Amino acid sequence: MALLKMKFSQQRRVRLAQGLWLLSWLAVMCGAFIFCLGVYLKIELLRRDEVMEDTDIHAVPNLLMLVGLASIGANWVASRVCQDSLDASRFPRWKVLLLGWYAVAVLLCCLLLAVVVLSYALQGRLEESLKVGLRNGIRFYKDTDVPGRCFQKETIDRLQMEFRCCGNNNFKDWFEIQWVSNRYLDFTSQEVKDRIRSNVDGRYLLDGVPFSCCNPASPRPCLQNQLTDSRAHYNYEYQSEELNLYSRGCRQALTDYYMGLMNSTGPGVLSVILIQLSVLLSMRYLQTAVDGAMALESPEGESEGYILEKDVKATYAEVKAKALDLLKFAQVDPASEVAGAEEGEKAAEASAKAATTAA
Amino acid sequence: MPFLSLKFNLQKRVKLAQGLWMLYWLAVIVGIILFSLGIFFKIELRKRSEIMDNNESHLVPNLLILVGMLSCGLNAFGGKLCHDSLDPQKFSKMKPMLRPYMLLCCGFNVLLLLLVLLSFLMQFAVYLTLAEGLKNAIRFYKDTDTPGRCFMKRTLDMTQIEFRCCGNNNFRDWFEVQWISNRYLDMSNDVVKDRVLSNVEGKYLMDSVPFSCCNPGSPRPCIQHHLTNNSAHYDYDHRTEELNIWNRGCRQAVFSYYSGIMNSIGALLIFTIVLEVRLRPHCRSQSVTCVLKGTELETWRLRVKILRVFQTIVENTKTAQITNVFYCNH
Repeated sequence: MALLKMKFSQQRRVRLAQGLWLLSWLAVMCGAFIFCLGVYLKIELLRRDEVMEDTDIHAVPNLLMLVGLASIGANWVASRVCQDSLDASRFPRWKVLLLGWYAVAVLLCCLLLAVVVLSYALQGRLEESLKVGLRNGIRFYKDTDVPGRCFQKETIDRLQMEFRCCGNNNFKDWFEIQWVSNRYLDFTSQEVKDRIRSNVDGRYLLDGVPFSCCNPASPRPCLQNQLTDSRAHYNYEYQSEELNLYSRGCRQALTDYYMGLMNSTGPGVLSVILIQLSVLLSMRYLQTAVDGAMALESPEGESEGYILEKDVKATYAEVKAKALDLLKFAQVDPASEVAGAEEGEKAAEASAKAATTAA
Repeated sequence: MPFLSLKFNLQKRVKLAQGLWMLYWLAVIVGIILFSLGIFFKIELRKRSEIMDNNESHLVPNLLILVGMLSCGLNAFGGKLCHDSLDPQKFSKMKPMLRPYMLLCCGFNVLLLLLVLLSFLMQFAVYLTLAEGLKNAIRFYKDTDTPGRCFMKRTLDMTQIEFRCCGNNNFRDWFEVQWISNRYLDMSNDVVKDRVLSNVEGKYLMDSVPFSCCNPGSPRPCIQHHLTNNSAHYDYDHRTEELNIWNRGCRQAVFSYYSGIMNSIGALLIFTIVLEVRLRPHCRSQSVTCVLKGTELETWRLRVKILRVFQTIVENTKTAQITNVFYCNH
């Protein structure tokens, strides 16, 4: 019993070929869309390269680009097959290729599913990578005279302004490191000397943040220094002040941004999977229908199309048997080996007898 | 031989018609681009209307939107006209519409010329509106509790950050206004009282700028306060310090942005005028059909086939027409 059998008249076969041709060109467009999506995601990740420690998350855009290119190629082949399908002289040469094509199409669908799963699974790695990268960025903020780190200040400032965030987890991260370079500190001043002596590492720590943490939506001009001292500023209460600085940490802000990007591409990728599957199924129907038609006496007559020739169990058994046959071909058959050994012995005895009778 | 020479003419006309059809569709696309550019410009003006005192003129974007729609309509109709001119039956139906269409096109070209002039001249108006608007914006920066002006601070801060500028002409504009609201000034403090008493109008003036003037590219943490006092900061000379805050004034920065948009609009309009002027005489000559008595012609139906595969399924139609007489109009 064939799986999902359908009857195809000549008219229906022609319609199927036309429809599949259009569908495969649609699938080519979808492949191009997936490729562009991968490129866009990669560019966005590369732009913030400096605050990311490792590049595990790049697997998602790389896979998208690969699948996009492969999909364009495979679906272009599908459209060529469609064009030749109604021509009895040209269709048979595609027969062998089609088996490989089915494997490639199934592989593409699996890879696309894997991309969707990966984009959720790698969120933890992304957060870790950002945590370390931002921690280093904040630590090297003051090193604008050290080659290799001199743009760290500008990067962090622009990042904080663009993503409306401050520090790694929150603004208090700036209290724990020295972000004012020694070049701009007056070491003869008593205040500076006191601060440096007040901690073990001899660092100039303050309860202040850089200007890029300031929130423009605050009704009052930005307060950057002496943030924990409510008496240092008029009408200022440290515990209840909310709008003065950005309250979100940059790690959270960046993670939300990238997760948002990847989630919004989810529905697009799923619909591409559906389109690819429908191309696959239609191609199978077309192949079997045209093969059936070519085997008939009158090629214009009705033929049958199906997904599998026998049902799932029988097909599985057949495939298994074929695979085992292939394996057996590599081994030497033990029964024929024994028979060959006996024959060899008999021949040796016969020649020995002949020798003794002759002698 | 008359038969051969006719064929050559007809093929040349067919090629010309095909080329013109493409050009007309190009003109329709240019019309769509003009329309979207008009909408984009209108949105950009609305986004920053707060720093222009809500006083800016929307004449250029409105006209551009109108021109875009007109261009699409006129060129689509013109394309259809050209396409039908090869078919004598259809052409005779269209003939009465030809004259008013030509007049409309002339009027449209005049409108395009006017718009080019406007897009270059209105830049002066934008400059003056910006100057006035920014002056007021800086004055009302502190009024975050006054209804109608409470978002001025945020708008001006975002403008200074986005356009990398400070103040109206330069950062010294901030020294001349009180940009800290009285709500945040401790009037019992001596320093504050001195400052307020030191000028005629009783304003709290300082040599400081808001944080949005800071340049992230500066190697040192931003110095916002006591800008003219060298001794207030270690290793600081206000005459030689360049990277600390933005040097450019916002009037210059925002104006160069809008001037760029208006110049590109002007350039695109000039290109459109050239395209329109080239299209008209060709279509006029295309409407000519030649005299021939009693010969067989082959006419090809022009269909642009984008999908080649459909050619095998849908055939090209060749119709042989035997005609007696065609008239040639000059």
